[in-house]
Amino acid sequence: MELVLSLGIGMLTGAGVWLLLRPRTFQVIIGLSLVSYAVNLFIFSTGGLRTGAAPILARGTSGTLGLYADPVPQALVLTAIVISFATTALFLVVLLAARGLTGTDHVDGREKDS
Amino acid sequence: MSGWIDHLVIVPILLPLVVGAAMMLIDDRRHILKAAIGLASATALVIVAFLLVYLADGGVTGVYRLGDWPPAIGIVLVLDRLSALMVTLTSILGITALVFALARWHRIGVHFHSLFQFQLMGLNGAFLTGDLFNLFVFFEIMLAASYGMVMHGSGVARVKAGLHYLAINLAASLLFLIGVSMIYGITGSLNMAELSGRIAGVADADRVLLEAGAAILGIAFLVKAGMWPVGFWLPNTYANVGAAPAAIVSILSKVGVYAILRLWLLMFGEAAGQSAGFGGSWLLLGGLLTMAFGTIAVLATQHLTRLAGASVLVSSGTLLATIGIGQAAVTGGALFYLASSVLAVAGFFLLIELVERGRGVGADVLAVSREAFGEDEEDEPDVEIGIPIPATMAMLGMSFMACGLLLAGLPPLSGFLAKFAILAPLLRDVHDVAVTTWVLLVALVLSGLATIVAVTRAGIDVFWVSPAGEVPRIRIVEIAPVLSLLILCVVITVQAGPVMRYMEATANALHSPASYAAQVLPPAAAGPVKGGGR
Repeated sequence: MELVLSLGIGMLTGAGVWLLLRPRTFQVIIGLSLVSYAVNLFIFSTGGLRTGAAPILARGTSGTLGLYADPVPQALVLTAIVISFATTALFLVVLLAARGLTGTDHVDGREKDS
Repeated sequence: MSGWIDHLVIVPILLPLVVGAAMMLIDDRRHILKAAIGLASATALVIVAFLLVYLADGGVTGVYRLGDWPPAIGIVLVLDRLSALMVTLTSILGITALVFALARWHRIGVHFHSLFQFQLMGLNGAFLTGDLFNLFVFFEIMLAASYGMVMHGSGVARVKAGLHYLAINLAASLLFLIGVSMIYGITGSLNMAELSGRIAGVADADRVLLEAGAAILGIAFLVKAGMWPVGFWLPNTYANVGAAPAAIVSILSKVGVYAILRLWLLMFGEAAGQSAGFGGSWLLLGGLLTMAFGTIAVLATQHLTRLAGASVLVSSGTLLATIGIGQAAVTGGALFYLASSVLAVAGFFLLIELVERGRGVGADVLAVSREAFGEDEEDEPDVEIGIPIPATMAMLGMSFMACGLLLAGLPPLSGFLAKFAILAPLLRDVHDVAVTTWVLLVALVLSGLATIVAVTRAGIDVFWVSPAGEVPRIRIVEIAPVLSLLILCVVITVQAGPVMRYMEATANALHSPASYAAQVLPPAAAGPVKGGGR
């Protein structure tokens, strides 16, 4: 389980970072989205990976984390998803504005002189 | 009746939030109404900030429990001397930038006033919060508003710089998340006070992960602060921001420094067991490298706004290096330097726009070529003895000189007092001065030298040598904020005794994380301040 999750996070991060360094703004946005998927999975995994743990407290049991899934990382992931969503939307608007003003979708605003 | 004092801690966050949200409902063409509401909010924030400083100076850490949840479970806002100081600086910059913006800037783009209020809310929240993930949320609010501020007024160069700024900060926010989640995974807590107690007890196998998580978190803050390998975005962005937004955006680099100061001393102070002092030498080294890079940048720039951005780098580097030394007396000097440089840089940004108004397009480049190639001798008409300098140019010139002295750290203004306050505790024992102290001394002196050389050169170009341009037309609302920021610097110079006493008390409190934790967490059942609930 840990291996699958780690490989998934690693592949998403690697692909995202590669895209983040590309010269086209759309690739940068997709790269940021991939890295944010990876980071969300990572945050979730810091709560401890366990299969078959109930998300809620069963009747008669005491409230220790050994018995149910940790809710705090889930809350952190939700917040992170919402914030990334808003900033991705903002980035798209800025991408469009830059495209309109500079006429190109290159991140530096003009094509490389070569 | 004592209830309202208890809730004063959350006013710097709630007031701009409500005002900013309410202003969005008003039609954007009603500039005067929006300006009046925004100005009222900014004034109220200044008053509240000074009240908070007065409350915090009593020595009691005010803890505001959101929703009245116990601190270990819920989010807390903590008012201590450092938070109150930063909230005060934010509110001062807020009102001066807003007054300056009333001349032209608030009409150039849409939703300026709402974005400005949200920027103030994000800044105040970041300074007041006592919870690590809440810090992330307020960082995001602050950054989102700053994206709007940086790109306010549009234009090719500004949007291009804004795009880079946006991408870099989004990547840094992802690093923030990784760091926070690693720290939570190892220690099981997000409350800053609780974290300070748990670091020492971490098992050895997990300690590497904890330190790695803290390092990743630190990188996110250092990107904001503009430390050398990750700060290349800073001069370019600050060069392209409009004057009024620049004055408030300039404090964002100090938010990174504040976060480092708060969290590093809380988590890796002396009580941290094996991790005590983790990363201190890296902070010192990174700060020195940033100062070196900023020094070279200051000398290399031709544009005034880029010079201001490079000065921000130099001040960030100075702060990081002095914090990295990790002594309480030096941290006190660093806080004095923080206050002085925040006010000086903001005043400088506002002043640059006024000064450049009288110059033609490309005057900076012409000045350089004139220096290099000389200029043609022109026949001068009858030379009057003593051409009267208009009052505008005199005021701008004196302000420019004052900004130069403040940024360079030369006497008699507060920049010099700050550098002196940083170095004096280190040089106290003349026979036992560490090598790092000598390096820091050289760096402080050289960065000051470079700044004064660059500012003097720019000042000569702008005020004396250039062919007679038009005298810029300045309005009272534009010159008043600049003068008030500079007068504030003079005030903290004259009143340096009380101010340094406050800073030293702040630094001593920061260097004893146990007292912070004792005041934030139970078992003090009768907590100093309770909030929320009915």
